Amino acid sequence: MERKKITIDGNEAAAYVGYHNSEVIAIYPITPSSGMGEMSDAWAAVGQKNIWNTVPHVAEMQSEGGAAGAVHGSLQTGSLTTTFTASQGLLLMIPNMYKIAGELTPTVFHVTARSIAASALSIFGDHSDVMATRQTGFAMLASGSVQEVMDLAAVAHKATLESRIPFLHFFDGFRTSHEVNKIEQLSLEDLKAMIDEKAVIEHRKRSLNSDNPVLRGTAQNPDVYFQGREAVNKFYEACPEVVQNAMNKLAELTRRQYNLFDYYGAPDAKRVIVMMGSGGETVEETVEYLSERMEEKVGVIKVRLYRPFSEKHLLAALPKSVESIAVLDRTKEPGAIGEPLYLDVVTAIAQAMNSENKPFEKMPKIIGGRYGLSSKEFTPSMVKAVYDELKKDNPKNHFTVGINDDVTFTSLDYDENFIIEGDGVVRSMFFGLGADGTVGANKNSIKIIGEETENFAQGYFVYDSKKSGSTTVSHLRFGKKPIHSTYLIQSSNFVGCHQFNLLEKFDVLEKIVEGGTFLLNAPYHKDEVWNHLPKKVQQEIIDKKLKFYVIDAYEVAKATGMGARINTVMQTCFFAISGILPKDEAIEQIKKAIYKTYGTKGEAIVQKNYQAVDQTLDNLYEIAVPAEVTSSIELPPIVSDKAPDYVKDTLALMMQGKGDNVNVSQMPIDGTFPLGTTKWEKRNIALEVPEWDPEVCIQCNKCVMVCPHATIRVKTYDKQFAENAPETFKWIDAKGKEFDNKAYTIQVAVEDCTGCALCVEVCPAKNKQETRLKAINMVPQIPLREQERVNWDYFLEIPEYDRREVKIDTIKGSQLLEPLFEFSGACSGCGETPYVKLASQLFGDRMVVANATGCSSIYGGNLPTTPWTKNKDGRGPAWSNSLFEDNAEFGFGMRLSIDKQSEFARELLVKLEDKVGKELVEAILNAEQRDEAGIYEQRERVAKLKSILEKLEGDDASNLLAIADYLVRKSVWIMGGDGWAYDIGYGGLDHVLASGKDVNILVLDTEVYSNTGGQMSKSTGMGAVAKFAAGGKPTAKKDLAMMAMTYGNVYVAKVAMGSNDLQTLKAFIEAEKHDGPSLIIAYSHCIAHGINMAKGMDSQKAAVDSGHWPLFRYNPANVLEGKNPLKLDSKAPKIKLDEYFYKETRYKMLTKADPKAAKTLLDQAQINVNNNWKYYEQLAGLHYSAPTNGEDTEESVN
Amino acid sequence: MDLTTTYMGLKLKNPIVPSASPLSYNLDSVKSLEDNGAAAVVLYSLFEEQIAHESGELDHYLNYGTESYAEATSYFPEPEQFNLGPYEYLDHIAACKKAVDIPIIASLNGVSKGGWVQYAKNIQDAGADGLELNIYYIPTNSSLTSQEVEAMYVDTLAAVKEKVSIPVAVKLSPYFTSLANMAKRLDQAGANALVLFNRFYQPDFDLAKLEVVPNLVLSTNWEMRLPLRWIAILYNNIKASLAATSGIHKTEDVIKVMMAGGDVAMVCSELLMNGVGRINELVSGVEKWMEENEYVSIDQMKGSMSQKSVGEPAAFERANYMKTLQSYKTLI
Repeated sequence: MERKKITIDGNEAAAYVGYHNSEVIAIYPITPSSGMGEMSDAWAAVGQKNIWNTVPHVAEMQSEGGAAGAVHGSLQTGSLTTTFTASQGLLLMIPNMYKIAGELTPTVFHVTARSIAASALSIFGDHSDVMATRQTGFAMLASGSVQEVMDLAAVAHKATLESRIPFLHFFDGFRTSHEVNKIEQLSLEDLKAMIDEKAVIEHRKRSLNSDNPVLRGTAQNPDVYFQGREAVNKFYEACPEVVQNAMNKLAELTRRQYNLFDYYGAPDAKRVIVMMGSGGETVEETVEYLSERMEEKVGVIKVRLYRPFSEKHLLAALPKSVESIAVLDRTKEPGAIGEPLYLDVVTAIAQAMNSENKPFEKMPKIIGGRYGLSSKEFTPSMVKAVYDELKKDNPKNHFTVGINDDVTFTSLDYDENFIIEGDGVVRSMFFGLGADGTVGANKNSIKIIGEETENFAQGYFVYDSKKSGSTTVSHLRFGKKPIHSTYLIQSSNFVGCHQFNLLEKFDVLEKIVEGGTFLLNAPYHKDEVWNHLPKKVQQEIIDKKLKFYVIDAYEVAKATGMGARINTVMQTCFFAISGILPKDEAIEQIKKAIYKTYGTKGEAIVQKNYQAVDQTLDNLYEIAVPAEVTSSIELPPIVSDKAPDYVKDTLALMMQGKGDNVNVSQMPIDGTFPLGTTKWEKRNIALEVPEWDPEVCIQCNKCVMVCPHATIRVKTYDKQFAENAPETFKWIDAKGKEFDNKAYTIQVAVEDCTGCALCVEVCPAKNKQETRLKAINMVPQIPLREQERVNWDYFLEIPEYDRREVKIDTIKGSQLLEPLFEFSGACSGCGETPYVKLASQLFGDRMVVANATGCSSIYGGNLPTTPWTKNKDGRGPAWSNSLFEDNAEFGFGMRLSIDKQSEFARELLVKLEDKVGKELVEAILNAEQRDEAGIYEQRERVAKLKSILEKLEGDDASNLLAIADYLVRKSVWIMGGDGWAYDIGYGGLDHVLASGKDVNILVLDTEVYSNTGGQMSKSTGMGAVAKFAAGGKPTAKKDLAMMAMTYGNVYVAKVAMGSNDLQTLKAFIEAEKHDGPSLIIAYSHCIAHGINMAKGMDSQKAAVDSGHWPLFRYNPANVLEGKNPLKLDSKAPKIKLDEYFYKETRYKMLTKADPKAAKTLLDQAQINVNNNWKYYEQLAGLHYSAPTNGEDTEESVN
Repeated sequence: MDLTTTYMGLKLKNPIVPSASPLSYNLDSVKSLEDNGAAAVVLYSLFEEQIAHESGELDHYLNYGTESYAEATSYFPEPEQFNLGPYEYLDHIAACKKAVDIPIIASLNGVSKGGWVQYAKNIQDAGADGLELNIYYIPTNSSLTSQEVEAMYVDTLAAVKEKVSIPVAVKLSPYFTSLANMAKRLDQAGANALVLFNRFYQPDFDLAKLEVVPNLVLSTNWEMRLPLRWIAILYNNIKASLAATSGIHKTEDVIKVMMAGGDVAMVCSELLMNGVGRINELVSGVEKWMEENEYVSIDQMKGSMSQKSVGEPAAFERANYMKTLQSYKTLI
């Protein structure tokens, strides 16, 4: 049977099989597995049926633990059930995995194997997570390529039903989950043919059913628990054969034969690698090369079924000739005698060698090694290094490969120049920006090549970790044979550089082969391009004899209405130059792909893309390469010379994409990094930046308040600094009595600005002569870059305003405080970071931050740099991220610890009173530290104390010296998004709110899981479209604030800076002042709302004006004064909900996708808003009287 | 008493027709217009530019920020189909046709010639009884001559007429140097009706924010003087039907339009302000007035006060302006 050839990624392959084999799917988003759940939800939304011709139920849960629980319940009641997860998510499923396996319940968990957060989180691929489940009783089946994912997923679904053992089917996160490859699709008939219906019926029969009731899930005693655990053995013994039979059945259908352990290589190989996952593909490719070109006797065992581990099948697969074996594990178990697969192989062979039927004449040498953690590249050169090591008499055991371990010297050396990519596969690399559509265009190109030509094709995409101005590198391969290279392109025939300025940041031609083709998008006339190239680039073009093509893609895009999206233009250039298809056919195919991609969004979009295609070829030029270098443009240094050594030597390598060259000794041993490193990046990503007009400015400082990246700052200072300033430095007399005779400057860090224009949008001042101008106006960055670099440096040297004198409860005053959170990699115009920055301004010098995993932990703590920084005294926020689900508890622990150390310090202080001096001790113990002056004075006292303690002897003195800083009040902040606070972390959050402890919880509420790409949370508004809510969220937004208020002693505020910045400020100050738990829920506009981010503050205002987001503060302190604790800070809804909703794509798209549902949900949401407002109004209107010490009085009763 | 009238070839039970407005956004309100006595309904306008804008907007925001970051390669699920383009509007026409018996006149504002023609065909296919071309154009380009602007109107009409067989009306603005000539050219190009006049939303200034703000002001009664004059002038000079729109609020206004030579009086602001029940009141008001004044049919009064029929045809011309000023002076 001829099967469909499709070009998809690993996630789609797994989801396709999982979905069609299931009736219930419980999901929760986690990278890199989210795509599987998203696709399943989308298929269910359009009524896609499974192989039994019924549509599966897809349910998003509040956590992976919840998903596993739901899976367990669904299985117990007889449905065929699956889930998708990775990493920490899989760890959260472990308790249920034991249960599911213990009860011999068939299911398949499809897992994109990913690193576990240890000293650092990583979203990338390795086997740390799946290895943590090998003891649960699940069978474990590993796929190494996209085709294998589809095939072995089907094997897993068959085998689980027949064996009763639940299966964990895994494949490498990103490398396989996100690799796009051309594969043969199993038809639904194939999937159906794989399933033994009798086994399905048996599963149903075992279900909990009140018509035939049983009890399952008992508690057992020492007498029988053990026996019960052993009762399952025969199922595990039978499982390998069941899996092999399933593989055989698949082979009958498809002619693709898999085995539990697949061997590739010389039949008489002496050296063999044993491993699992995508790395096996690279090893196979290398084995082929070494065997054919170098006549080496090598081979590789690809482990498919890792649990139950079949010693028999392993031994059968190994060639008898083997003398040395390297077992490669993609995980790390510190302190273990070896990594898991290594231990299994050693045990298997040792056991066999101890038996009567020895499989080998002599015990082979077996060494174990680690490779590829967190998607670390694993290349043929590394494979060769392993085989070379196996040749040695005393090969290194417990080695690493792919890194340089200059500390414990575990690493193998490898030859970077051993590259086996050659004829037969065309390799192309594309450098672009996220915003320019390069990746999308390349995904389209692969589809065209894969599905419209005979070629096999593969695509893999590398993104940086910034959310604004991020760069992307696409790796495309195609050729006549299936492509097994599971590593980045090492030698490229074609390089496309879609952004001219990337030439300065990356060595884009590093991998290009001699005689290769270089396509450059340049904003210059074809005759001028050459002279604008950096010297190094010219040299490489000449030395490598490249064919050089240019196009001004932005001009073509502009002329055809495409704006900044040059994807179609550059894609057309690629096809035109590469000659993969005849020109006319290529254009026809591109247009077909355009129709497929954009057809749903209207004819106008299709037409403008068509026009872009048609106009591209007229603007594409081949440049005659001169014989000599003419440029004198040198590449700028990655970081300034003034940067600290660690930044220059280590972080700078990461910044330029050379982090693989960082040695082990350069990494911190415990994940600890210095603060204040974003300032060295100088990303220069903004095309336009704000420029200040002092004459128009009313000095309100609102621009400073809203700036998400802290790139626009204000200072009020002695005029002497103005007089000595650089020539172009701007200043004006400060307004206001308290600033008499002071100068005032608003300064922009133009090299750090992302150009979001929020500052311009909020500026209330208008130029009286030309009303289009404000006090802040966007102007091109490049002409200002040099002068403003100097001005910025000068501005930083001007002393900060004395915090004790700042009126922090005014916008103007608060913004004189130095931000200790600056230049983050958040999206341009981010709605979260202004709140984070505000907290850092108000309390940063005494702040400890517990940050939930999510956007804020990524822009706050993703290498190479961090925006959290210190003031001139070296004080600043101490920040950490534990997990996603535990953040409230993590912060709570910090509070307990700080309180304990503070208490201990006070106890020691009392003990040492005679030596320290009564006056100082009493002053410290009785210090009021609720404002800046109080804090300052306490710090002075503590400094004095420390100077005394340093001279004292004894344990008490030295102990107190170590913790004396805790005598100064510390502010604990617990931050995270709504995914954490409303969903996965809610249980902990609730507990911490109930604790009464003095923690400040800031919920950056974007009403959606932003970091993982827009999945619905319980905060998502009714009617909003989100992933997992493709038909619009049918239920109302959870009212977290109301829930918190029920405790009575929790300070609760709902704020939206864009609606009322002063209310936001007051809420932050009051929350911090409140001696108990505080919860601030901050409306954060987000890129996932589908809005113009420059208008984010308008969205906030509309949310408030419509009543969707009422502003209020609930301050328990008011009760003590006989006042109602709840104060509404916004007025009754003054616009209809649709006026807010339909400014945003998340709501509006439903009116286009399903107008009827949109109307129904809008109407219901409007009713909810009206009712909620009435309810709040009544609460805020309740009469409170002074406390009565528990004695009812007539007044209080009334 | 015969209240019937014929407008763009459509026989109507009375001369009151709600003009294009939000009142026709949904089916229930269209039904309500019929229930309250409307003789026909002009649906709200289909704007080609808006369709293109919505498409562009959706494409932009669904793509915005995608493929930039490994954890979030997209932010939205993508439905298999969006109800974009004219389909929502066309479905609405079909639904209206099914739901009501009165004629449904669609309204179209295009930007490209291809768009005008294509959407006009779509509208015809959807079952509309007539089509009103809402040619809404503010010629701000100083190099564009009045001849070019006029040709654009005529060419658009001709192109649409070539492709559709349903009657086509043109809704005009009064801002033509020679309106009579313009009307004649449109008449010759095949217009089945002229709708006089389009009221452009005139922008206002917000002095607090120093911003230009769109400001929808409902019509007032005196605004009907302009269409009244031009209907009176054009009556019997062109073959096309004539509709008055702008400022029609009272029974007397309807009578006046008929007497000037109009075939229908279009109402909008009055209904927005005082409810669709006003249609019935206007119809019965007209009936009552005719009874009181012994008119037996609309036809009888149609054009009776047109320029051709009045004793003082010059009253509609320039001298009229001078006289108005004089009469104004005498008042103060």
